[in-house]
Amino acid sequence: MTFERVPATGTASPGYLERLTKIWETEPGILGWFSSVDHKEIGIRYIFTAFIFLALGGVEALIMRVQLARPDQHLLTPEQYDQLFSTHGMTMIFLYAMPILSGFSNYLWPLLLGARDMAFPRVNALSYWLFVAAGIFMYTGFAMGAGPNDGWFNYVPYANKEYNPGLNMDFYALGMIFLGISTTVGSVNFVVTFLRLRAPGMSINRVPIMIWGTFTASVANILVVPSVSLAFFLLWMDRNFGTHFFDVSAGGQPLLWQHLFWIFAHPWVYAIVLPAMGMVSDALPVFCRRPLVGYTAVVLSTLATMTLGFGVWVHHMFTTGLPTLALSFFSGVSIIIAIPSAVAVFAWTLTIWLGRPVITTAFLYFASMIVLFVIGGVSGFMTGSVPVDWQLHDTYFVVAHIHYVLIGINLFPVIGGLYFWFPKFSGKMMNETLGKWSFWTSFIGFNVAFLPMHLTGLLGMPRRVYTYPAHMGWDTLNMVTSIGAFVFAIGIVLTFINVLVSLRSGRIAGPNPWDAPTLEWSMSSPPPPYNFAVLPTVASRHPLWEQRLGDSHGTSTLDEGFTLDDKRETIGTTALDSEPDVILKMPFDSPAPFILTVGTSLIFAGMLIPSRLWAVTAVGCLVVIAAILIWLWPERELGQRVESSQ
Amino acid sequence: MTPLSYLTGYGTKAYPVTALTWGLLIISIVVVVIVTGLVVVGVITRRVRPETPLGEVPVDRRGSGLGLLGVGVGISTFVLMISAVWTMAVIAKINAPPPGQKPLVIEITGGQWWWKARYLNDDASKVLTTADEFHIPVSRPVRIELIGADVIHSFWVPALAGKTDTIPGQTNETWLQADKPGRYRGQCTQYCGEQHAHMAFYVIAEPPAQFEQWLKDQLQPAVAPTSPLIAQDEHVFVEHCGACHTVRGSTAGGSVAPDLTHLMSRQTLAAGMLENTPGALAGWIAEPSAVKPGTKMPDLYLSGPQLSAVTTYLETLK
Ligand code: HEM
Ligand SMILES: [Cu+2]
Repeated sequence: MTFERVPATGTASPGYLERLTKIWETEPGILGWFSSVDHKEIGIRYIFTAFIFLALGGVEALIMRVQLARPDQHLLTPEQYDQLFSTHGMTMIFLYAMPILSGFSNYLWPLLLGARDMAFPRVNALSYWLFVAAGIFMYTGFAMGAGPNDGWFNYVPYANKEYNPGLNMDFYALGMIFLGISTTVGSVNFVVTFLRLRAPGMSINRVPIMIWGTFTASVANILVVPSVSLAFFLLWMDRNFGTHFFDVSAGGQPLLWQHLFWIFAHPWVYAIVLPAMGMVSDALPVFCRRPLVGYTAVVLSTLATMTLGFGVWVHHMFTTGLPTLALSFFSGVSIIIAIPSAVAVFAWTLTIWLGRPVITTAFLYFASMIVLFVIGGVSGFMTGSVPVDWQLHDTYFVVAHIHYVLIGINLFPVIGGLYFWFPKFSGKMMNETLGKWSFWTSFIGFNVAFLPMHLTGLLGMPRRVYTYPAHMGWDTLNMVTSIGAFVFAIGIVLTFINVLVSLRSGRIAGPNPWDAPTLEWSMSSPPPPYNFAVLPTVASRHPLWEQRLGDSHGTSTLDEGFTLDDKRETIGTTALDSEPDVILKMPFDSPAPFILTVGTSLIFAGMLIPSRLWAVTAVGCLVVIAAILIWLWPERELGQRVESSQ
Repeated sequence: MTPLSYLTGYGTKAYPVTALTWGLLIISIVVVVIVTGLVVVGVITRRVRPETPLGEVPVDRRGSGLGLLGVGVGISTFVLMISAVWTMAVIAKINAPPPGQKPLVIEITGGQWWWKARYLNDDASKVLTTADEFHIPVSRPVRIELIGADVIHSFWVPALAGKTDTIPGQTNETWLQADKPGRYRGQCTQYCGEQHAHMAFYVIAEPPAQFEQWLKDQLQPAVAPTSPLIAQDEHVFVEHCGACHTVRGSTAGGSVAPDLTHLMSRQTLAAGMLENTPGALAGWIAEPSAVKPGTKMPDLYLSGPQLSAVTTYLETLK
């Protein structure tokens, strides 16, 4: 061991708990609120904010569906429709799908891992504030009538100033760079937390799959976000400083944009489903009363999906005239990538067959997700085949596909996860009756809306059209889809209502209402500010089930362990085996992340019109510098004191 | 079949793709049915009495399941491999037109929001320029060179061939062949701005003799005005419209808008949006922005007499 101070071991006494609470509690009051670095607080804020964006994106979708319910309607102008579908895509993909998972992961990671916080609590707060600010920034454009209007993938030359002279693209480009900072710092935090903050004994083959999912996604994000940030930066330069990266008349390349964008965006779409798949892998077995079938296979399939996921971006570009040999390669990989997905699907299905499922609302969401995943998976497999994709591409078939993937593999697990972890978040159970209603309404509405849409696509309806002529065979299908969309929306609203009702009058949950096996269920609900009074030592994958499963690797100890109460501390362990390695001094609350975000917002606001607003950018830079000084000001208490040499 | 469906193919290039599409579709449906069945039957047969508190259901490993997992993944891999090989075979098959016949070559330019075609020929006097309705001979391959005028568009005739983008700065190539005479609808499928929805076109396949006749007629200049009145109408047209449109045989020689030399031989207007009737034509010219908001054709604010002069003239362009 390489401790500089050897931590004491023991059990929790009342005085000790009181001391810990004092150390870890966030100060009350408004300043405390802006300064909190508690991962649980941040996680809840992430979840709450992401659901607001889901609601906004949902309203946009419903307006579009009214317009498309019948042919040749004029409820919306083309420009309004274009901003709506672009903002809807931007919102759902960037402001809902990833942040919601960051929220769950932020809240749950330290609890699942047996730690007291994330590795970098202030960075964690920063990533949240940046996300909110970037979201507000992008929506400011929309509110001013300058929302994105070129789809979420924003192809040039249509995004160039020549065709798109307003501020629409500047808001979108800068907002995406802005958001990229949030994603990057958040991902770094997850990666380091995964490597160093697992409880003693939690070697990497004992880590819950949700952790693997978020870890894998985070590594991917760190690798690919630079690509999209660069793309948007070049676009911003082209638009404001007369460079020609994408300007054909001066030798620029439209396809450069597409490569830079999809090198990012394809891995990204895996990143917004893998953590959610992890949630299913961890939570579904709880309701089946047995461990997941094929833990190792599922972990490896997660990694394999992501690795292959880096090699399929060209399947978004099959129609751009690339050489046939290249297309064949990417087509092959796009078909092969379904194999790891098959591993997950069969693992879940077998977990049901070899278990004794207890049907709860959460279980229904998870089990139905398997079916939705397969539907989204097979339509993806079809578009992976080049000649078929030449037909399917940019039709409503693809719109059906993305919705099965995003709603099926992200939203359904997330809502299942909400029903599952809500007792931990709040101490209250969600209402099961209302839950069943919400599930069936959502599930039926969703399928009524999007299953027929495959046929709409096969009958040739192009996507991103603000209206369509009658007699193309699409009229009835579109009407059915619009009706289904509203039913689906009602289902989601029922879930939100359930949250509110349960917060007020839900049944008290107790620490472990589902009799689940992992560490987050070993503490009170909601958890105390310090998470774990004594740091647990883990001896198996299912610390709370190991007696019953007869795991023979020794036993986990949860109520006796390292007692750390000298300011904020947690234990750092080695990367693979999780041997205790170091006492980590954790920072206390600080307003610096918030101030840094304010400064960053000013920088980006000024960059909207660099020739006129450069002073705003300059002030923003000063604020950022000040915030960094506050943040990094040396604090004696955060230094590792050397008390004994080894 | 509906106009843009690709569930049926009508040409040499389309047949293998249609077969593959159906093949993968059927595989997909079978997979969905099997997995859904497994999940539903699994849940129904294995579930415990509803409302049982979870703590009362014993936790147990009940077998590892790895063998079955291997079987499921193995079968899936086999099916995926077959599909990949089939895909490669189809790519190879449709990569180029079948040898033997010399293809007709058309250069097609996608622009906001209409299609321009040039029928290429070594003899410059036989190069035909037209818009939005492209006649081709049946049973002969047609090579299409695609050019992007402004932003990216995508050329798609579902019954005959899949999509290929028109990208500024590069010339993409595709080919198609119709084996049955017919009027096949096409559509831009790459989002290209406000009127992306209304960027359709038609490929009209005819027996070779009929096609040759059409080409010959189209190469003719417009009929000269047959009366002084029409000549005056022509004058109004040239003055207001000639900067953008061409009518061969008149002095209207603009090149940024569709060639109107034989407008009356076309069945639709405004990239497949309107039937070519006198009423629709007049409505369009009176206020294009009301018909197709965002269109690059400006509102010309013609007076009543000017409008009727222009439409009368256009109706002579057989
Ligand atoms: C009530 C639920 C929803 C409805 C009715 C709906 C409807 C729509 C509609 C009408 C479009 C435009 C299609 C077009 O014009 O081509 C669209 C696009 C899209 N939707 Fe949704 N949507 C819903 C939920 C979601 C969710 C939850 C997500 C993601 C998590 C999502 C992601 C997307 C994406 C990425 C696009 C493509 C945007 C683009 O073309 O740039 N949608 N949706
Ligand atoms: Cu277009």
